[in-house]
Amino acid sequence: MGELLTVQVRDCQIRTKPSFLGAVLATVHYGDRLSSVQTKDSWVKVSFSGAKQGWIHISALTDKEIVLHPSARQVSQSASSDELALAGKGFNKQVEEQFRQQNSQISFTWVDKIETYHVSQKEIGQFLEAGDLKPAGGAA
Amino acid sequence: MKQRKLSRRSFLATGARIGMTGLSLSASSLLLQGFDFGDLGSTLQQATKLADSATKSFNAVSKALEDITPEQEYYIGRTIGAIVLSKYKPYEQKASNRYLNLLGQSLARFSDLPELFDGYHFQILDSTEINAFATPSGMVFVTRGMLHCCAHEDALAAVLAHEIGHVQLKHGLQSIEKDRITKATSILAIEGTKNFAKSDIANLTSTFEDSINDITSSMINNGYSRSFENEADAAAVTLLKRVGYDPAGLIDMLQIMNKKLKPGGLDFAKTHPSPESRIESLKKLVSGAGAQAPQVAQQRRFETALKEV
Repeated sequence: MGELLTVQVRDCQIRTKPSFLGAVLATVHYGDRLSSVQTKDSWVKVSFSGAKQGWIHISALTDKEIVLHPSARQVSQSASSDELALAGKGFNKQVEEQFRQQNSQISFTWVDKIETYHVSQKEIGQFLEAGDLKPAGGAA
Repeated sequence: MKQRKLSRRSFLATGARIGMTGLSLSASSLLLQGFDFGDLGSTLQQATKLADSATKSFNAVSKALEDITPEQEYYIGRTIGAIVLSKYKPYEQKASNRYLNLLGQSLARFSDLPELFDGYHFQILDSTEINAFATPSGMVFVTRGMLHCCAHEDALAAVLAHEIGHVQLKHGLQSIEKDRITKATSILAIEGTKNFAKSDIANLTSTFEDSINDITSSMINNGYSRSFENEADAAAVTLLKRVGYDPAGLIDMLQIMNKKLKPGGLDFAKTHPSPESRIESLKKLVSGAGAQAPQVAQQRRFETALKEV
């Protein structure tokens, strides 16, 4: 209990209950640190903004600390540490840019476009309901 | 039991199974430490030692994959998506792609790996070839030819759930030679910045290209192993049941595919086990030979969205 966890995806939601059908309480971002209160199946109850609590899916979290803007000391520490990860280590935007310079025949235009396809929580709720689908994990 | 590692790697299908055994054995070895159990104790300690070494070797295998963070998966996946789209034209019609994303993203939220760095995205490819791909970052591609193998929403949900299965089970990333991952993750940013030195970026980009080649050669050119395909089918059945789709939809789709596939073709026929053998394996997981009559509203939206495809 009380273990510090880090958001390892670009952004994700904290919800009122351990289900994607739970109402959204807050959005957290890459590198944010949250304190775990309780776990239930694949969901972790976290505390945020002081006294508030809500649920977040375990796949959005890591027990490593992700450092977005590392200091010199943290860079050398991260080489031997299981607890520390640097944002942007290994394959990152800079590597993609270099790859694109060397492979100009491969276009990323459509990849960028496909990444803009978003479906909202409300639309998913409506889609499931209209299709008479009742996922295990509860209704909204 | 308190989970020691909260990383996404614990969701690897095989990893989760072995990992859980590993966790409970490690716990018992901790209990044994510092106590004198006499003969029984030493036998137990020996057994625990053996189990611990099994856990260690599992950890060594999963460690390499664990070093690939969701952020790195995202950059690997973007480039693989770009390569798929250099071989296949995207099908641009908005309504059908919109429907595909509604269905796919609804399914993905109930998968074992719902949170990815940039989430799941779905795109139809303008090709009559029967094929589907998923990048490690969750970009899923389905050809028009594959859509023609689906008679109802249960069947299309099964195709997407199978691809989500490949993402969740890290099948793409597992194609990367392990030493490349070690090489890539050992090159660190210049102190105090997020940037790499020039010589490092050249090394890293060449390792990146090699890793991309490892993935595309199995994902696009040669296909995954039969066991990966069976694992993805099993993950699909679990996900379909969880959301409320009829998993027999997968069998319906495979039966149509079986009729349409040309022997010796360069598409699914080349890269996947035969539909008959997949149906045979699925019979253990799904009762009934085919899906129930589709729900009316589902069938209406399925036909409306895909009528021009």
